[in-house]
Amino acid sequence: MAASAAKAKSAKPVSAAAGISNTFSEFTKDEDFTALREMLKIRRFEEKAGQLYGMGLIGGFCHLYIGQEAVVVGVQMAQNDGDQVVTSYRDHGHMLATGMDANGVMAELTGRSGGYSRGKGGSMHMFSREKAFFGGHGIVGAQVPIGTGLAFANKYRGDGQVALTYFGDGAANQGQVYESFNMAKLWKLPVVYIIENNRYGMGTAAHRVSATTDFSQRGRSFDIPGEQVDGMDVRAVRAAALRAIEHARSGEGPYIIEMQTYRYRGHSMSDPAKYRAKEEVQKMRDERDPIEQVRKRLLDNGWSTEEELNQIDKDIRATVNASAEFATNDPEPDVSELWTDVYL
Amino acid sequence: MPIEVLMPALSPTMETGKLAKWLKAEGDKVKSGDVLAEIETDKATMEVEAVDEGILGKILIKDGTEDVAVNTPIALLLEDGEDASAAPAPKKPEKADDTEKPEDKEKSEDTAAEQRAEENAPPVEPEKGPAPDTAPSAVAAPPKPSIEPDPEVPEGTEMVRQTVREALRDAMAEEMRRDGDIFLMGEEVAEYQGAYKVSQGLLDEFGAKRVIDTPITEHGFAGIAIGAALAGLRPIVEFMTWNFGMQAMDQIINSAAKTLYMSGGQMGCPIVFRGPNGAAARVAAQHSQDYAAWYSQVPGLKVVAPYTAADFKGLLKAAIRDPNPVIFLENEILYGQHFEVPKLDDFVLPIGKARIARSGTDVTIVSFSIGMTYALKAAEELAGQGINAEVIDLRTIRPMDVDTIIESVKKTNRCVTVEEGWPQSGVGSEIASQLMEKAFDHLDAPVLRVTGKDVPMPYAANLEKLALPSVAEVIDAVKAVTYR
Repeated sequence: MAASAAKAKSAKPVSAAAGISNTFSEFTKDEDFTALREMLKIRRFEEKAGQLYGMGLIGGFCHLYIGQEAVVVGVQMAQNDGDQVVTSYRDHGHMLATGMDANGVMAELTGRSGGYSRGKGGSMHMFSREKAFFGGHGIVGAQVPIGTGLAFANKYRGDGQVALTYFGDGAANQGQVYESFNMAKLWKLPVVYIIENNRYGMGTAAHRVSATTDFSQRGRSFDIPGEQVDGMDVRAVRAAALRAIEHARSGEGPYIIEMQTYRYRGHSMSDPAKYRAKEEVQKMRDERDPIEQVRKRLLDNGWSTEEELNQIDKDIRATVNASAEFATNDPEPDVSELWTDVYL
Repeated sequence: MPIEVLMPALSPTMETGKLAKWLKAEGDKVKSGDVLAEIETDKATMEVEAVDEGILGKILIKDGTEDVAVNTPIALLLEDGEDASAAPAPKKPEKADDTEKPEDKEKSEDTAAEQRAEENAPPVEPEKGPAPDTAPSAVAAPPKPSIEPDPEVPEGTEMVRQTVREALRDAMAEEMRRDGDIFLMGEEVAEYQGAYKVSQGLLDEFGAKRVIDTPITEHGFAGIAIGAALAGLRPIVEFMTWNFGMQAMDQIINSAAKTLYMSGGQMGCPIVFRGPNGAAARVAAQHSQDYAAWYSQVPGLKVVAPYTAADFKGLLKAAIRDPNPVIFLENEILYGQHFEVPKLDDFVLPIGKARIARSGTDVTIVSFSIGMTYALKAAEELAGQGINAEVIDLRTIRPMDVDTIIESVKKTNRCVTVEEGWPQSGVGSEIASQLMEKAFDHLDAPVLRVTGKDVPMPYAANLEKLALPSVAEVIDAVKAVTYR
């Protein structure tokens, strides 16, 4: 699903502190279909994961990505094969976007042997070397030095790859993030920092814990360019990601894109989300939903019909249901797995 | 087929809840994401969202019903054109012992506390699904690593007198010549030639790409090195001292040590963290701490703490080649000490093998790193008093070569441990436990530990001396266990 930079006809570099970036090119019909399918796959997968959690099939912590789908799908549409992805514990969407198999992801959520980590990682700790997905990290902010280190390896090898390092508005206040910014800029590492600002770090609104809330400017002390992006519009996301990735790949060093997004569900499954008004969530769903925006375009442009879109949804549901079926019937890991994979 | 809407578990610990209020009525069209009902748990009021699309055909559990068990069907969702009467009779509410239901869940007192703990301390996972056929005790024994003994040093091999510092530098240089993926990073390692001159000359030979000065940000550069290792490079991270490495502990343990396991074996992390450990001289509490016991508790890490220059060289080369994260503990006071090192093209020693530094029959003294200086001096003096001590240099703290200790204790029936670290949960405590479990019948006296005192390191010269172990304390301990 990699797209060449040439497709972004009207993309222009945006200077630091330029405010929200609305510079993007329209999607072609194919691109809108791709975006719809990928986002819908994540949405349906997460809804199903929520349901399996409710049935007690998924345990512990389970952080859903519903509402934020345009971010990872838009970035994925701008990156090349081989570019690495690393993120926090809200990671199911990123895994599906990198092309990881829904069965393997769902079976890891249920702690079964067919999961990506053979049931030993769970929701927050999944990896795929094949898809260059480096986790899945449960410690807030810890993935930022790691993503910077992936970029270090890229530069060391001169392989032209870029490390896409995702973190949230909450992690943006972590000390190790700024240690990483400093070295990334100092050594001109090919890393793109994607800050998924979904407005709340668990139950705390960003403005209550952040002295400045324009997270795109958090790299200013290190002269790292950044821009704020409408993270609910997959076109704006892809355009910004193309700019950022191009900057990093060309040897200019790191770039920050703050994706202004929103999660519809609580921080995790056990979060009643009392810290925000129901109306706020509903307004987002009604007016800004990333999937609805694409659906509407496909219909308005005469590129598709309700029937066709319903069929796509049905097909995706079938895939997701199959993954749930697999993840429910797959056996738990063999007890001998307790002792494996501690050392190589 | 109508779809059953089940009473959901809305937290890791929920067993039952009250169906407080239906927000949709029978006959309403619903799409996924719509809020169907509100549920009150012991902690909060939560919303139940529809996962599937359809028409709310029949509400099976009325508003206000208390104690509805998780997974009870609460409504039927019909597809267009379906009739609720076509639905099979709903199952009876499920009991707590139903196999589909979470078992053995404990009630949590407080949502907020639980959520605060969230990222850092996942709770013990309640068992889900069918119980495993085999009881966990059936696999209680971890597999034992098989470790080759030290390679033979051919007779007539020239021995070179070298400091520990030189041996460490040679080990790194030899390995870096062999493999271009190996690089060294840390504070002052390049242009300054190393804060303790361990990396002297490496910048000249390997260039700035492979010998990299970092900012003073241990947490950050340790994490960057771990990321590079996950990507397949082989970093050597020098901490100016391990005291500063404590800033990086989260990355070392949570990222380097655990990722292989958490990834089901996909993501190895070949990395060495090295630097001086423990007390130097007169640098007080914050710069004088022994981390051997700390890191040795962590599965996924190997922990090496040699004493002689030959062991430092052979084991650092082994650590660099090891595909796992290795904690390599050096000692500032040992850096300048001279030892004989065999002049061989490729002198590599096995991680996980202790060395018998002195053979004896009356007592086993086990130590490592600078602790060996006390142990060997004490053995020397004891020999003059007719006590023939065997001294074991552990060299590796994890995996610990317990077999060599046990073999020795079978002969001597007595054991004294020596380390500069603190007593509680120390390396000596581990050795004492192992001997109790595996060699109890061979012990003729309790195992005694000689350790650093249970205080932060004082600055004053006299107090500092008291806080560290001494040769006299080792001799006293040996006399106590030999009843002399």
